Amino acid sequence: AWASYMTNSPTLIVMIGLPARGKTYVSKKLTRYLNWIGVPTKVFNLGVYRREAVKSYKSYEFFRHDNKEAMEIRKRCALVALQDVKSYLLEECGQIAGDIPRGTPLLCGGGSSGVLTLKCAVLPPPQVFFVESVCDDPEVIAANILEVKVSSPDYPERNRENVMDDFLKRIECYKVTYQPLDPDVYDKDLSFIKVINVGQRFLVNRVQDYIQSKIVYYLMNIHVQPRTIYLCRHGESDYNLVGKIGGDSGLSPRGKQFAQALKKFIEEQDIVDLKVWTSQLKRTIQTAESLGVTYEQWKILNEIDAGVCEEMTYAEIEAKYPDEFALRDQEKYLYRYPGGESYQDLVQRLEPVIMELERQGNVLVISHQAVMRCLLAYFLDKNAVCFHQLPSLIQTPLCVLAEGCKVETITLNVEAVNTHRDKPSLNSLATSQSPVRMRRNSFTPRASVDVVKRPRHYSLGSKPLDLLGSFPSLE
Amino acid sequence: SPARELTQNPLQKTWEPYDNGLPAGHSAQRGVCMTNCPTLIVMVGLPARGKTYISKKLTRYLNWIGVPTKEFNVGQYRRDLVKKYKSFEFFLPDNEEGLKIRKQCALAALNDVRQYLSEENGHVAVFDATNTTRERRETIYKFGEENGYKTFFVESVCVDPEVIAANIVQVKLGSPDYVDCSNEEATEDFMKRIECYKNTYETLDENLDKDLSYIKIMDVGRSYLVNRVMDHIQSRIVYYLMNIHVTPRSIYLCRHGESELNLKGRIGGDPGLSVRGKEFAKCLAQFINEQNIKDLKVWTSQMKRTIQTAEALGVPYEQWKVLNEIDAGVCEEMTYEEIQENYPLEFALRDQDKYRYRYPKGESYEDLVQRLEPVIMELERQENVLVICHQAVMRCLLAYFLDKPAEQLPYLKCPLHTVLKLTPVAYG
Repeated sequence: AWASYMTNSPTLIVMIGLPARGKTYVSKKLTRYLNWIGVPTKVFNLGVYRREAVKSYKSYEFFRHDNKEAMEIRKRCALVALQDVKSYLLEECGQIAGDIPRGTPLLCGGGSSGVLTLKCAVLPPPQVFFVESVCDDPEVIAANILEVKVSSPDYPERNRENVMDDFLKRIECYKVTYQPLDPDVYDKDLSFIKVINVGQRFLVNRVQDYIQSKIVYYLMNIHVQPRTIYLCRHGESDYNLVGKIGGDSGLSPRGKQFAQALKKFIEEQDIVDLKVWTSQLKRTIQTAESLGVTYEQWKILNEIDAGVCEEMTYAEIEAKYPDEFALRDQEKYLYRYPGGESYQDLVQRLEPVIMELERQGNVLVISHQAVMRCLLAYFLDKNAVCFHQLPSLIQTPLCVLAEGCKVETITLNVEAVNTHRDKPSLNSLATSQSPVRMRRNSFTPRASVDVVKRPRHYSLGSKPLDLLGSFPSLE
Repeated sequence: SPARELTQNPLQKTWEPYDNGLPAGHSAQRGVCMTNCPTLIVMVGLPARGKTYISKKLTRYLNWIGVPTKEFNVGQYRRDLVKKYKSFEFFLPDNEEGLKIRKQCALAALNDVRQYLSEENGHVAVFDATNTTRERRETIYKFGEENGYKTFFVESVCVDPEVIAANIVQVKLGSPDYVDCSNEEATEDFMKRIECYKNTYETLDENLDKDLSYIKIMDVGRSYLVNRVMDHIQSRIVYYLMNIHVTPRSIYLCRHGESELNLKGRIGGDPGLSVRGKEFAKCLAQFINEQNIKDLKVWTSQMKRTIQTAEALGVPYEQWKVLNEIDAGVCEEMTYEEIQENYPLEFALRDQDKYRYRYPKGESYEDLVQRLEPVIMELERQENVLVICHQAVMRCLLAYFLDKPAEQLPYLKCPLHTVLKLTPVAYG
């Protein structure tokens, strides 16, 4: 994956914060994002370990800092979690002491705890990055509790007031011993980001490498305002009608009908400040034109480039390039069309779209089949391998994603051809002796050993420069 | 009402709606139009804290990604008004005459800012001055509000005497202010100049300034405080500022060795190296060895010719698909003569506006810049790097480092078998 070779040592992300500060929300979202861009990541949530150890939760008293028995249990849970962290690292990296790992997983530890000191005997030792969530706005905290904790397994049948009451007392237990990250004295050498009041303010300290920089950028762009994202494909195109892939054809009559139906649907929804995005291919733009609103064109939303197979039907491709055709079925995510792109390339290309979607409010994205699959995979946290299992797009459905990623699929009852190709059954796949051959133009990336980061000081001894001197011209 | 017809712009190959034969509005191209209202970036900090360095670098980056940006250095206005700098006493807080002139300069600069943003289609203005008092910042903020600009503060805080001393050596000693002084005299005067500001310095405060949008950079990037980022462009600016550093290093740019298609005068494709190309690769290996570069990273594209070149170096390298050569679409693997013969209109259009011209089913230089932005961002994060790429790609990267505008970018000279070594100096 394009991002994973940028990190050579594993990273351990440690979440910090009092309960109901959004740690689990952030852990999951961050993990989803990192997995999508190709960095294998897994969440380890201490609450889950605790719930396994202590089968039934009684009350906040478990979390009192003077409850010695409970403290023992919680410590043991943390140790078990760290063991699992170690195994995950070893299994993902396949490494033994001294080796440079091939895969480079990241981990998230979730749980309400103070700063963990890690003595992880894993080589090379992971880079540790702390993400602290600090919030003093009582309204935000109350809303968090209602939203998430009320439906937690800890509170199966209590009524809301009891839950709120117990949970607030639970928070008080932690407050007694909470030591926030201190950038000035105690923690000035740690790498961390402190998120204050749900992203109003950030304190970032000692970012060490590429992946930490991406994490910081991501955390600074996400928000929790309720909003809805609408994803759909363009209306049926002339090429869709004849089964040709790619190209830049216009809408068929049924496609134009779909555009009208889409307009009606959007108007009925009465969406506040809706932004509309299209690709730079005619069919998505024509679809947007029917809406009669302002829209933005993004070249990076263009359909996957099928290279030499552009504007061919699947039958023609199978006839002319039988090897390519078979290869694609074997490994659809990694397969790159000759002179074209793969789904993996598409993910890299789409990353700025995802980042901007995170920043925005209500957005309608009119794109293409492969592009929409990639976007859906991000929102639904689908494994790349599951791409072919995404809903068949027979009637050009619209996917509506609410906050927290509930998906609603809506069909606008305008018929269109089926452009979906199922993954062929195992019987029909030619068994290949060798593992899937990477396409030419896509050699397996090799990464160089990471530079040990020196502190970024301005070094003395540089000569004062002749500002008025001339520099060699290049024209 | 029926949907509007679409027409394809022959230069950029983009589809635009038109009404009654005329291009209509309602459609924006993503990538360039990132800001809805102009942004005023206000630098804050004592002298020798890197404000001008950051201003210039940020301006260069924003212009490169297509956001028209201009910096306004109040010190320069002062130098134009007060022909000859005498001493630090000009900056004493009780020097009435000095204060009057300095305020005049700030207002003149703000006036030019207004002209640039409101009349000349500028998107971002960088106001480079100390702006160390809350009062001055409020004046500027009000100015922004009155004109409909979003204001974003960038403060640089540094107490490390070594860093400050190094800054003075790097950029102040050579300043026009100290042209007749010895280094010792200049340093002494400048240190006193800094003292003039210290007593009235009001740093951006978490409580008093909690409603402002700003980034506070501490100790040359060791840590950052970011408050109330309002929009996309501010988020990009913050990301950029958090990735740049000042550690000395060099970036080496070169093209792959001569390829088989180069020999035939054909563009694009994915050919291997010619005999001479392979020789170049060997010479490159030797050159790199002799340079004895510390912890050099090597990057290539995913095309055979750059990878073959890197292979000769015998060191690990990373492949980036986004470093691939510009996609010439239907013109791939043709000679320029063949293009002129088969696509005379395209050939002519390309010469008209080579930066924006997009090959049919291919890319433009403008597209290339967007695709290369992550490379630039990572180059900023890295230290010593050798990038083995292609002609159009190298032109884009070079234009970023040398601050060349879009019109000049496609004509920068990047011959085969030439390595360009780029080392940051002062403000460039």
